[in-house]
Amino acid sequence: MRILVCMSNVPDTTTKVKFVDDFKRLDNSGIQWVLNPWDELALTRALELKDDPASGVQSVTVAHVGLAGSEPTIRKALAIGADDAIRINADAPDAYVAAAQLAEAIRNENFDMIFCGIESSDYNGSTVGGMLAEFLGCASVTCVSNVKMDAGEAVITRELGGSKEVVSIAFPFVAIVQKGIANEPRIAAMRGIMTARTKPIKVVEPQSFDSLTEVINYEMPKPRAACKFLEAENAAELISLLHNQDKVF
Amino acid sequence: MAVLIYLENWEGKFKKLSFELVSYASKIAEMIGSESLALTIGKVDKQELEKLAVQGADKVIHIENEKLNTLDDQAYTSLVADVARKYNATVLVLSNNNSGKALAPRLSVQLKAGLVSGVSKLPVSVSPFVVYKKVYSGKAYANVRIKTDIKILTLAQNSFEIIHNPKPFVVEHLNIAPNDNLLNTKVKDVQKLTGKVLLTDADIVVSGGRGMKSPDNWGPLVELADLLRAATACSRPVSDEGWRPHEEHTGQTGKIIAPNLYFAIGISGATQHLAGISSSKIIVAVNSDKDAPIFEAAQYGIVGDALKVLPKLVDAVKELKLK
Ligand SMILES: Cc1cc2nc3c(=O)[nH]c(=O)nc-3n(C[C@H](O)[C@H](O)[C@H](O)COP(=O)(O)OP(=O)(O)OC[C@H]3O[C@@H](n4cnc5c(N)ncnc54)[C@H](O)[C@@H]3O)c2cc1C
Ligand SMILES: Nc1ncnc2c1ncn2[C@@H]1O[C@H](COP(=O)(O)O)[C@@H](O)[C@H]1O
Repeated sequence: MRILVCMSNVPDTTTKVKFVDDFKRLDNSGIQWVLNPWDELALTRALELKDDPASGVQSVTVAHVGLAGSEPTIRKALAIGADDAIRINADAPDAYVAAAQLAEAIRNENFDMIFCGIESSDYNGSTVGGMLAEFLGCASVTCVSNVKMDAGEAVITRELGGSKEVVSIAFPFVAIVQKGIANEPRIAAMRGIMTARTKPIKVVEPQSFDSLTEVINYEMPKPRAACKFLEAENAAELISLLHNQDKVF
Repeated sequence: MAVLIYLENWEGKFKKLSFELVSYASKIAEMIGSESLALTIGKVDKQELEKLAVQGADKVIHIENEKLNTLDDQAYTSLVADVARKYNATVLVLSNNNSGKALAPRLSVQLKAGLVSGVSKLPVSVSPFVVYKKVYSGKAYANVRIKTDIKILTLAQNSFEIIHNPKPFVVEHLNIAPNDNLLNTKVKDVQKLTGKVLLTDADIVVSGGRGMKSPDNWGPLVELADLLRAATACSRPVSDEGWRPHEEHTGQTGKIIAPNLYFAIGISGATQHLAGISSSKIIVAVNSDKDAPIFEAAQYGIVGDALKVLPKLVDAVKELKLK
């Protein structure tokens, strides 16, 4: 049983985002790039499964579509414990191209389970995982909060609006994971950092795909009006403003 | 040409977000001069289907088949794609919730149609087709052009007003069975979350952070929520500590919500927390530190001890209700 974790490389959430070229492009200067938090949790769960001999999981690979600049993030995933990595050497202009590149690169690799995060914290797309499954023609489950192995069967918990469902699903599949999949991201230990240097990163040259969407420009959020402060004694005034002026209840 | 709306139903019922979606899609249909088709899969009675026409759907398409009792990403995708092809849909609209996240990306590949998820406004223009969406967890927005003939959008919840726009009720019932090869999801167990206002559905949310000091202090917060028919929520450390259930955690790694009103009580307003709640229409912050970052995101603020302010808010709401 082999698991693939797809990972994106995103600006740390605390980064102040700025744009250049007339708001057409993100200003890359001073950005701290990190492994997308959901992918870190997906990787953690994949490694937990591998740690359990009963799960039958033998290896955990990470895959990333990106240029050489993202190798430090890939090394981090290897340091945390992934066995090897695939990097598709392209800057994906949109989710469709990212998913298409991933699908081409792994089509013949016979992964049994593919984990994607529910969203990248940059584009907030929630799209690459589902697209990848459709390109591969395999099953997918979304909003996954747990993946277990039970006597060779994958048992998955998914969160639907208002209910939780436990489902089984046929291999191979893409699981699009969210909160709950792992409690805390696993942290790289010293030994992991040392061995990561020698773990293989396979670099695959991209195929040519046309993007379906394009960002024309970015905008900053409109500045919110300054906060109106009220005294604790005037709680009634606040409630009345919310009721009469803002009409939120 | 048509705008196809995929509508999830919950045991045969629609929700507010369903009607937001129909209103939104019907507006787009007007913009591009076509009709709007509302598609739903599963057992739904006539009375409920009629509500879709009341909100502006020109036609309701209802698929019912015993093999479709539970969401199967692949099987549902193929049915929605078939309907899209049959009616020559040029725009598909889904909700940016679990069902939209399950189906929209797959539809994008199947129909080779550009997808933009989580849009919060009507398209900026329809020719070229440009939509506006939140990126970088709310720190910026992007204008995105969809280049393909068929466009797919998922609408962020609570971002579009419901418009009352009644149309005659026209329904088409289809009994199409999915291809068995595509049915790969088998349900083993279902746990319903009942008796509570769901966080992701709530118009008002009352949320507490570490400033609440102890799990024993939640009484007045829950009371305020009950009075306002609001959902309760919390910051991550609160659920990590086990003070509140994990389902309540909002933020970058928790639930992402956009209620009309969000009370942040004893929450500092860290970027990761704001990432989940910054789309709320109004934020009210109660915090003992006047410099807490939450006040930069809030419209209203009270500087004070949460445990003293909460009972005052509760009393004020009770008083308002008496009037
Ligand atoms: C990768 C990553 C992901 C994260 N994801 C999330 C997430 O999804 N959601 C999330 O919430 N956090 C998340 N965090 C954590 C986040 O950075 C903050 O640590 C967290 O939001 C702080 O929670 P808090 O505001 O409840 O607690 P604190 O930061 O401890 O703030 C408590 C606040 O209460 C105020 N206070 C104290 N006493 C009182 C009183 N008596 N009355 C009123 N106010 C009082 C204080 O002034 C302070 O502002 C994440 C962090 C990381 C690194
Ligand atoms: N460039 C990429 N390379 C590999 N996987 C990616 C890439 N971008 C997104 N993903 C995967 O898709 C998930 C959802 O991302 P998105 O659809 O961009 O919100 C991420 O959590 C990753 O698992």
